[in-house]
Amino acid sequence: MVPLSYYLILSAILFACGVTGFLIKRNIITIFMSIELMLNAVNLTFVAFAAELRMLSGHVFVFFVMVVAAAEAAVGLAIIISVFRTRETLNVDRVNLLKL
Amino acid sequence: MSLHLWIIPLLPLTGAAINGLLGKRFPKAIVNAIALGATASAFAYALYVAVQFMGLPADQIPHIERYATWMTAGLFTAEYGIYLDQLSLVMLLIVTGVGFLIHIYSVGYMEHEGGYYRYFAYLNIFMFFMLTLILANNYLLMFVGWEGVGLASYLLIGFWFLKDSAANAGKKAFITNRVGDFGFLIALFLLIKHFGSLQYETVFTALSGYPVEASAGLLTAIGLLMMVGASGKSAQIPLYVWLPDAMEGPTPVSALIHAATMVTAGVYMVARSNAVFNRAPIALTVVAVIGTLTAIFAASIGIVQTDIKKVLAYSTISQLGYMFMGCGVAAYGAGIFHLMTHAFFKALLFLSAGAIIHGLGGQQDMRHMGGLRKYMPKTFWCMTIATFTIAGFPPLAAFFSKDEILWATWASGNHVLWLIGLIAAAMTSFYMFRLWFMTFFGEYRGATAGESQHGHDSHDAHAHGTPHESPMVMILPLMILAVLSFVGGWVGVPAALGGSDRFDHFLDPVFAAHSPVETKLVAPTNEELAAHHEETGTELLFMGISVSAAALGFLGAWFLYYKRTDLPAKMAAAAGGLYTFVLDKYKVDEFYGAAVIRPIVLASTNILWKGIDATLIDGAVDESAVGARDISDGLRHMQSGNIRSYAGWVAFGAAVVIAFMVWKGVR
Repeated sequence: MVPLSYYLILSAILFACGVTGFLIKRNIITIFMSIELMLNAVNLTFVAFAAELRMLSGHVFVFFVMVVAAAEAAVGLAIIISVFRTRETLNVDRVNLLKL
Repeated sequence: MSLHLWIIPLLPLTGAAINGLLGKRFPKAIVNAIALGATASAFAYALYVAVQFMGLPADQIPHIERYATWMTAGLFTAEYGIYLDQLSLVMLLIVTGVGFLIHIYSVGYMEHEGGYYRYFAYLNIFMFFMLTLILANNYLLMFVGWEGVGLASYLLIGFWFLKDSAANAGKKAFITNRVGDFGFLIALFLLIKHFGSLQYETVFTALSGYPVEASAGLLTAIGLLMMVGASGKSAQIPLYVWLPDAMEGPTPVSALIHAATMVTAGVYMVARSNAVFNRAPIALTVVAVIGTLTAIFAASIGIVQTDIKKVLAYSTISQLGYMFMGCGVAAYGAGIFHLMTHAFFKALLFLSAGAIIHGLGGQQDMRHMGGLRKYMPKTFWCMTIATFTIAGFPPLAAFFSKDEILWATWASGNHVLWLIGLIAAAMTSFYMFRLWFMTFFGEYRGATAGESQHGHDSHDAHAHGTPHESPMVMILPLMILAVLSFVGGWVGVPAALGGSDRFDHFLDPVFAAHSPVETKLVAPTNEELAAHHEETGTELLFMGISVSAAALGFLGAWFLYYKRTDLPAKMAAAAGGLYTFVLDKYKVDEFYGAAVIRPIVLASTNILWKGIDATLIDGAVDESAVGARDISDGLRHMQSGNIRSYAGWVAFGAAVVIAFMVWKGVR
């Protein structure tokens, strides 16, 4: 059986990849994907602990996160489309109308 | 039975409120009607009270009225209440009576002045506070009046506040009085601490159980501190310096506040506290010595002054010295008697001086007067009565009162003080006749029409040619006061002259009730009566001496300022430095300036202002503002509007939290 720490290390690596992608990428789609990556890294941690501790609540919580992520993806993609329509760019550095 | 005494102070307060708040829009007639009406009705009511008071049985005197509790703190309470006994009745009549006459006079004197309503509002507020002072039934309420008259005095000295010297004189009066008030306040604190009350009757009853203090003790301390207060308000050494400067105010104010009434508050307070002073012989001696020294000191300055009001100011200080001298030898009745006659003749002197200044268009320098007898005969006659009174010629008022003080001083065994007082009396006579001769005799030395005059009393608004007599509204009070100065002393003709000294016996209950047991008045035995007869002869002899001193002063002034008018200048030149030293008022102001004011100003400037205020307090405020700004300036850069930098900070924060938790877990 794969030890718990492997899952956790993998999850940490995935999360770090997500954070890094979020911080360095300019394309809003990539940033969005990085966010999904972080969410799924967390999901992985949840299921790993749930399996290890034999508790159902971890699994339940994963579904919960998936639902939220799906909703977020729907809303987020809608926003991205409308941003692209109005600004004709996907570069977040140029979407700065709220900046002082 | 209630006499409704609260009405008396309330009347002038109402007048002050109406005139002060609304008077700006009123024509002068209405301002007059309100101010004079308030004072006149206060005087009329005071007369009614006097009549009622005479009918009171002896056991109802003092007549005390309580209206409300003012404040309660623990066991200490202070009331609004009125304490009417013979002493406060005399003061009440003097203040309302003389006050009313001076109100009338002011109508004429202030006619051409701006701020007419303001003047009368201040005058009325003064009356209110003065009446509070003398009618209060506890020291705290007295202190309210005490401070209030100081305020009114400040406002009226600085009435022409656009003139720098007037504004400064007002400040000087106020600040000098503050020094005295400090002593008075500590005396009150001591009274509260040891008697738990400031009510007169409580304190005096408690005091009756105290013996006379052989050495300095609690009562001596209280007495001395009260004297500090009194010397501030009543312009005694060392705090007299404000009174000559106070002459910057309008002349009726000088008459009312700085001669007749307010400055006598200290004498009243000492007389009122006779229960304290009788048991503190050391404090009493200090009072007598200060009074005597002030009497001669101020008189000697008065001799060389050339400003007519300054002469009168120093004369006032000197006469107040006499009052303290009388109180200091436990002859409170004599002190109050002189207070009363002084109120009449000094008010008369000041008002006459005011009439002269008014008639000369603001000229106050006696060197520019002379020969005014022809121009203003009525003023001349009033002034003549006043001058002969203050010099102490019988049968005028001040002869009786001043002589009684001198006699009481001798009889109490203070022969040195008596001698100084006598010399001061001769000096008084000299400088008053000097003023009289310089002003009314010889040739008119002033400027006539067309020439410019330095308008001291800011009367320059209307042009002046030859000197003229004042309007009737000013002369009438002069005449009434002249009559009072003439006959005012007759209420206290001493037994030695065949009188019965009614004034003293009237006041006796106030002072006898609180005298220590040892000296309580007992029926005179035959031996004492025999001794008394011997004393009568001595008393007559001393009266003779006093009158001779006055006559000597008269002759001196007559010779120097009428017969040989060239002599004074030569004598001044011969005296040289001494003369200028006295002319400069012994350089006391300069001394105070160097010894007290300069160090305080320097310390305030360098330590309190530049050190503590500007550096410490302002620095702390400024630095915290600058610090907050600098920190914000640094933090501002975190809010770049760049989403990824926010995310970076979030990630960094999360990392820090995780690191912290890991570190905690490891431990």
